[in-house]
Amino acid sequence: MTSEVVAAAPVPVPGRAQRVREIAEELRGLRGALIPILHAVQEEFGYVDPPDVAVIADVLNLAVAEVHGVVTFYKDFRRTAAGRTTVAICQAEACRAVGAVELAEHAKRTVGCDFGETTYDGRITLEEIYCFGNCALGPTVQVGSKLHGRVTPTRLNTLLGESR
Amino acid sequence: MTHPTPPPIPTPTPTGAPGTAGPTTATPAPMPGDTDAPTAGAQHTGAPATSFGNSHAPAQPTTRVFVPRDSAARSVGADEVAERLAALHDTSAVVRTGSRGMLWLEPLVEVETGEGRVGYGPVAAEDVDGLIAGGMIEGAVVGPYLGLVDELPWMKRQQRLTFQRVGVVDPLSTTDYLAHGGLTGLRAALAMDPAEVVETVVDSGLRGRGGAGFPTGIKWRTVLNADADLKFVCCNADEGDSGTYADRMLIEGDPFTLIEGMTIAAYAVGAAEGYVYLRSEYPDAVATLKAAIELARAAGWLGPDILGSGFGFDLHVRVGAGAYICGEETSMLESLEGKRGMVRAKPPIPALEGLFGRPTVVNNVLSLATIPTILANGAAAYAAYGTGRSLGTSVFQLGGNVARGGIVETAFGITLGELVNDFGGGTSSGRPVRAVQVGGPLGAYLPVEQFDLPMDYEAFAAAGAMVGHGGIVVFDETVDMAAMARFAFEFCAAESCGKCTPCRVGAVRGVETIDRILTSTAGTDRAQNLVLLEDLCELMTDGSLCAMGGLTPMPVRSAVRHFGEDFQA
Repeated sequence: MTSEVVAAAPVPVPGRAQRVREIAEELRGLRGALIPILHAVQEEFGYVDPPDVAVIADVLNLAVAEVHGVVTFYKDFRRTAAGRTTVAICQAEACRAVGAVELAEHAKRTVGCDFGETTYDGRITLEEIYCFGNCALGPTVQVGSKLHGRVTPTRLNTLLGESR
Repeated sequence: MTHPTPPPIPTPTPTGAPGTAGPTTATPAPMPGDTDAPTAGAQHTGAPATSFGNSHAPAQPTTRVFVPRDSAARSVGADEVAERLAALHDTSAVVRTGSRGMLWLEPLVEVETGEGRVGYGPVAAEDVDGLIAGGMIEGAVVGPYLGLVDELPWMKRQQRLTFQRVGVVDPLSTTDYLAHGGLTGLRAALAMDPAEVVETVVDSGLRGRGGAGFPTGIKWRTVLNADADLKFVCCNADEGDSGTYADRMLIEGDPFTLIEGMTIAAYAVGAAEGYVYLRSEYPDAVATLKAAIELARAAGWLGPDILGSGFGFDLHVRVGAGAYICGEETSMLESLEGKRGMVRAKPPIPALEGLFGRPTVVNNVLSLATIPTILANGAAAYAAYGTGRSLGTSVFQLGGNVARGGIVETAFGITLGELVNDFGGGTSSGRPVRAVQVGGPLGAYLPVEQFDLPMDYEAFAAAGAMVGHGGIVVFDETVDMAAMARFAFEFCAAESCGKCTPCRVGAVRGVETIDRILTSTAGTDRAQNLVLLEDLCELMTDGSLCAMGGLTPMPVRSAVRHFGEDFQA
């Protein structure tokens, strides 16, 4: 289930290392700065590139292995770019009670990729999420940053169509 | 569904919650002086502050209309409803509130009338034109008219203390907060010695709402008595359990209550800094809380000299990164320190050596958000609610396959059946209820035969279950309980931090063992594997470092015990 994201190789961003260093230096004064820095890097670039790790480690005076360990521990941090739209389907118990597993199967068949993967055309990344806190209005699906409750397969088709 | 939506009640008698609930659920009468409140709210809720876009003279105040901005309500179209209302009515008179917690009625629109707030729900954006034409703004009986919201049976049967303002106020209006009793608790605390505040919390009987049910006041006393130059207050808002959404709703609907509760905690134990570790899956809650903290700083409710008392405390939000285990307090502390969220062995307890090795109060959102009402009304008033050693009220959350899902805050002691059947109205599919899981993914699955169990920490423990955070997930007769038990192990295997062997390896072995039980054809083989499963569960319970591995056997064992027929091949 946790196979690497299938996507085109990331295009190197000119000046990326410099910008990552700026972000890290700006936030290094926070207590426990590493995770806020990783969030900020991902917010700006969409993912945390392996070369970013060395830059952040340098700024925080940590071993590269330590930063790598944190990046890989947390599911939020991507190491490659996601598709244009991320579709996240809740798979936790409350949504399962109202058909989230069947909805996920439908989504996988429709877009043609598994959880944790991106469609061949880079259009959609499919993700499984454990709970958006919308447990009384499941099944819940997040498309981009918008949450949708009571999603049926038909409604999901519409949402997927809109994200094209 | 045998339970229709509650009928409107014609004769209005606005009441607050019984007992000591305070003034906050009392219906606010429309006052001429109120005109500044909606404007202030509109600024913070993203509506353009300058658009007093109607041509009417401002002499006649426009009727206020309330639409939730809670993410659950938004997931079923509340934003579109609010937009349409703003276009047809008046932008500055549309107030975005939290949700009242009647989630099956969302989007729920409320209109202020002379008698109180009248509700309409669910309302779709395309219904708005017709409803306004039919007189909704005047409170007419039109469309999905519900009557006075405070008078609806679902609301009237509750005792809302922690949730008293949620769904009522604009979450980012400091004016609204003060008008509904905000800061009364903090002011009362600041007039006492820190030790007196701690003893008030001890006397109230408040127990941690995160799951373990440890007395909050005792924890605070330990931190107060610890000698250190720096202490912390941490709010664990990473309760990622399925079926638990009260934390999210409280932060989105009444964030100042959490800020006030954490400030009281800091004063009581002598902490100078606080952190809210909030899960990334709740982006709306993150945005609301950050905005509320800014407003609180500007109002002098946080900072170096809180309310002119000379006491200083500041609060920061840290966003999680998608690791379930960080809901465990020591993993959360590791994550706050910028590390992998790996569980720490206890002792030392966080109260003595917590964040960065300093004495730290770690409490759940609901525990901290309940503190202001305890300080405002006194320990005895709070302890008057409840039963046995489970005192006060609890915020129960109905989810899953349930007809009327939502938030029910009542005193402890209400039975599981009353919550699922009376409040919840049974399943949304209309099929009979087969199982409910109480207290999250690590809580037990209970059959209908146990619906007379009272919501009480000790009664649940005696039944091999846990109240936990009060989340209740309902399943109908189509549920496959062996699949749910397998999922519990699968989830544990995926989310284990990996530090201890019983959890890391045990969960994987658990999935394999259930698979063997389900595929075995010879009865003896199945029986042997069931014995093995029980042995594995016992080992995980006794040998795991934290509750993740220690409690995963609870859903598994309860499923085998109560729904054994599903474990036949």
